[in-house]
Parts: sequence; C-alpha cells; structure tokens
Amino acid sequence: MVLELQKPRPIWQIMFSTHHTDVGLLYLIMSLGFLFLGGALALAIRAELFLPGAQIIGDAMTFNRIFTVHGTTLIFLFIIPFASSVGNYFVPIMVRYKDMAYPKLNAIAFWMIPPAGALIWLGFADFTWYATPPYSIISAPGPAADMWIFGLKILGVSSVLGAINFIVTILKCKHPDMSIGQVPLLAWSFLSSSLIILVAIPTFAAALLMLLTDRLGVTGFFNPAMGGDPIAYAHLFWFTFHPEVYVLVIPAIGMMYEIIPRFSRKPIYSFNSGIFAFVLLSIVGFSSWAHHMYATGMSFTEKTVFMVGTLAAVPASAMHVYNFIATMWNGRIKFSTPMMWSVGGIALFFSAGAGGVANAAMPLDFTTHDTYWVVGHFHLFVMGTIAFGSIGFLYYMYPYVTGRMYNEAMGKIHFILSFVGTILVFFTQHVLGLYGMPRRIFDYPPIPEWIAMNQIASIGAMVIGVSMVVFLVNMIHSAGKGEPANPEDPFGVGGKYYYPFEAKNPSH
Amino acid sequence: MGGHSNWPEWIYVGVVVAIMCWVGAEAWEAERLVEHVPEGAEIIKVTGQQWFWTFEHEDGTKEIGELHVEKGKAYKFEIHSTDVNHSFNIHDYVVLMDAIPGRVNTVWFAPTDVGEHDIQCREYCGLIHYNMRGTLIVEEPKS
Repeated sequence: MVLELQKPRPIWQIMFSTHHTDVGLLYLIMSLGFLFLGGALALAIRAELFLPGAQIIGDAMTFNRIFTVHGTTLIFLFIIPFASSVGNYFVPIMVRYKDMAYPKLNAIAFWMIPPAGALIWLGFADFTWYATPPYSIISAPGPAADMWIFGLKILGVSSVLGAINFIVTILKCKHPDMSIGQVPLLAWSFLSSSLIILVAIPTFAAALLMLLTDRLGVTGFFNPAMGGDPIAYAHLFWFTFHPEVYVLVIPAIGMMYEIIPRFSRKPIYSFNSGIFAFVLLSIVGFSSWAHHMYATGMSFTEKTVFMVGTLAAVPASAMHVYNFIATMWNGRIKFSTPMMWSVGGIALFFSAGAGGVANAAMPLDFTTHDTYWVVGHFHLFVMGTIAFGSIGFLYYMYPYVTGRMYNEAMGKIHFILSFVGTILVFFTQHVLGLYGMPRRIFDYPPIPEWIAMNQIASIGAMVIGVSMVVFLVNMIHSAGKGEPANPEDPFGVGGKYYYPFEAKNPSH
Repeated sequence: MGGHSNWPEWIYVGVVVAIMCWVGAEAWEAERLVEHVPEGAEIIKVTGQQWFWTFEHEDGTKEIGELHVEKGKAYKFEIHSTDVNHSFNIHDYVVLMDAIPGRVNTVWFAPTDVGEHDIQCREYCGLIHYNMRGTLIVEEPKS
C-alpha cells in the first residue's frame, strides 16, 4: 500500500490539491500542530496546579482562558481533524474508489478549519468549552467569546460537510462488487460517526446562534433576566455533545480494528458484531445526553430515564472490547509500536468505561459531578482511548505516507512514557475528585491530600510532555533519514491487504 | 467470521447487561431514598452570587460565607442564584445542587457530627470561582 508521493513536491501543489491523500496530509499536519499547542496549554495548567497559590500563571482569568482553549483545541482541532485525516487516506481505498465523492467539498471542509482555529486562538475565550449561559452571555468578556462562537460555528459546518462526503463516498462510491457488509470496519466507523454528526451538530449550531444573539442583547433565549432559561442551553449543548463523544471515539475504535488483527496475524473475531456495535452505539448515544445535568434540579423520573439510556451504551462498548481480546486470543501477536498503542488504548478504554458507569449511577454522580473525577474520567477517553488509538494509527500509516520507517525504539519509549504518564495524571484525578476538588479552579486550599495528588498528576503530565518530545523528534527525523520501508509489509507481519489498491494521486 | 461459535460472546454480553441492570436498580433505589425529604426539615435559603454564598434561616437571620446548623436536625436548602450558574456543594455530606438564576432547586441533609466542613462552588462561574468558598459549622443542639 502506498498513500503518498515519495518524491518532493512544492508545498502549494499539496495545499491547492483536492486529492484525498493531499487533503489527508493537510489534515494530518494541522491536527498534529494543534496537538502540540493544546498539549502545551495542558502542561501550563498542570504546572500551575503543582502547588496551591499562583505559580506560573499570574491570574485566574489567564488560567480560565487556558483551560478553555486547551479543551476546545484538542477536541475540535486535534481529535476530529486527525480522524478526518485517517478517513481521507483510507476510506476511498477501502471502498475502492479513486477519491472522495466530492473532492472540492473535501478541500473546502479542510480549509474552513484553519480560520476557525485562528479565531479560537486569537480570541482566547474564558467560558470553558461548554460556554455555559448566563455566564457566557452576561459575564464573559468579548470579543474573545464572540470569536469562539464564530470559530465553533465554522467548525460545525466543516464537520457536516466532511460527514456528508464520507457517507456518500462509502454508500454510493464503493465498488459495485462490494456489498456494504464487506466494507472494512475502519470505513464503517466513519459511516457511523458521520451519521451521528449529521443528526447531532445542527442542534448545537442553533444553540450557538441563539447564544450569539443573546450576547448581542437582542434575544433572551438563555438569559433569565429576559425570561430565558439557561437549562435549555444545557439540553441543546449536550444533545449534540454527548453523541459527539461517540463521534470522537468510534473512529479511534475503527483504527484499532485495523491494527489489532494485522498485528495479531488473525482475522477479526467477529466482523458482524463490530458493525452491530458501531450502529448500536450511534443510536444509543442519543439517549443519554442529560446525564451531564443530574445536578441542575432534574426530577427523579428524568434522571432515571437518562441513567438507563447511559447504561444502555455499555454493552455495545463492551462488545468492541470483547472483539479485540478475542481477536488477539491465540494470535501470533507482534508488539510493534502501533499494536502497543492500540492495546494500551483498549485497557484505558475499559477503565474509562468503568468510571463512566459510576458517574451514570444517580447517587454516585452527586459525589463526582464537576470534580476532578470527571476530568480524569473523560481524559481517559479522549487521551487514553482516542489519542492512543490515533497515535498508534499514525505510527501505522507512517511508512505508507513517508515511505520510511520511524525509529521503533523511540516509538516504544513514546508509548511507555505516555502510558505511565496517562495513568499518573488521570487516575490520580479520579482520586482528587473523590476528595472533592472542583474542576476549573485556578487555586486550591492547602489540603495535604489535594497537594499530594496534584503533584503526582503534574509529574505525570511532565512525563507525557517528555514523551511528546520523543515523538516529535522521531516523526521529523525519520521522515528524512529513516530507513526506507517495504511498502508491501513494512512491519514484517506477513499477509496481504484486503484492499490492495494504491492511492491514485494524479501528481504521483 | 468463519466457523467459530458465538455463544461465549452472548454469555459475555448477557453478563454485562446483567451488571448494568444491577447498577441501575441499586442506583434507583438509593436515589429514591436520598430524595425523600424528612418531615419538618428546616428551610435554609441559599443564594449564590459572584463570588460568595448567602444563607437565610427560617427565623430570618442571614449569614454570609458561614452557615451555622445544629447536629441531628434535618435541613432543606432552597438554592438559587442572582447572576450566573453556581453549584452549591458540601462535599463531606454529598450535598450538591446547581444554583441557577430563575430557578429554585432543593436538596436536604442532616448533619451527624459536630465540626467544620468546607462549602464550595462546583460550577464554573468566572474569575473567582476557585475561591467561592464558605464554611459549614455544625454545633450541638441548643435545647
């Protein structure tokens, strides 16, 4: 398999290209850029919380802006564009088509993201990634808040365009000899997540518009002083962003479905249960949004309904874990770097899910809600599962994209440091939550347990930071000086691809 | 795919579903008990605003930042906010309820030990959110 041109080309040729591998490369480089920017903000947050009192960030406002942009960046400018990159590279060749269905739309969807990212970063808003009214209406300083709203609006349109493109490519452009049941699971994951995007995103798009007109003072949808209701915003927001969790996690699971059978040298245990679990997750994902809102004063019945809806998503996730383990069972496993990241990701996915069950149970949620427990919990998903799956997949596609091998030892060091760091940061944050430390706080009282846990978490963050330096050096150095890879079987695991087609870039 | 049998997966899914049903049932039962407010609970009006808590007892006395209650009595908090969303939290007694402008949310508790506990805000509310703290002081019953 070859995904990229192996000889140098002028940069403008890639930038103005509409070919799926070129757009994939643009997505890839931009998303990794934002990974490092967002990660730097995370290090600043952890350094600040190493001890009580102001440390490196002088004031609370700057701190609030930093965690807001940290979250927004890593969700919308790293995870989603990274998945789009993988989808761009792989979905067309997996359905045996020459390109995405709408190449120009594809390039437009990409080029909407840099301006949106610029709006978010130049504005540097402070109202958290949740932009909760009435704070975001009456208190949050402009123009940062307005720039954030416009940035998110643009990103929403971009993901809808991308989703339409993936759906049409998979359903309408697949090879006529191929039935939908033969489409590989990675492509299925993009089909599922794209369908979720189409249903979920418009709700938040509407909420953002209402938030903007509320800020301008012409409406009062969410402003109690004008007869509005902030809880309405919470419903609209979570109706989009709980399913969005599945938009983020499903492609990462799809990437693991690509790696685990290949490095276990066995076919997937059950292809059909993988498809079934994807489809089930994308439906059940819509029945749990208000579990984020137990403490807003919901009635007992409402809470019960959303608890049941949340617990209903667990069996589908558990089916994926079963499928992975059953695939590895009795396989001749080769623990190359991509496999290590995937297996680590599955372990952390399981821990994250177990913590999620505790959150969903109504009485327990009142202990954990809006504490560091929640921060630890969802970071085990976004970092432990999604970023681990994504980074593993990046190592996997690296030889196909660059034609050269990364340094295996450095890849393994990167994994081990990141895995240890992730456990140090996010498991301790669960404990901090049980001690009662609220999230989104610039400073905390000098309670000995809080200080100890925060220090462990901060040291873990530094370990992840070091691992990311190893990663960056490996990626840049190996792209030019790495050993040439064998495009047929760069990892020496044997076997052939079931989609033996090379990307047909006319510039190649 | 292929000829392997699927029954271990069905058993596994069945076990997961059973565990979820058990978690759900336990949570439902516990929440039902927790939400039952005892009769005669004394009402305390809690007001959150950027960035402090105000408490008003039934007899009209007001306190800012500190809340004095008596051991062994049940109290029902009526919580609201005058500006942005806050969340009223006494972590040691698992008291947590959002303070939302335009709404009154209720939650109850009955302190069991004499002593001091932290009160804090758990919903992001702006600049000094991190220091929107107070103290719950539980005293011996007066009579």
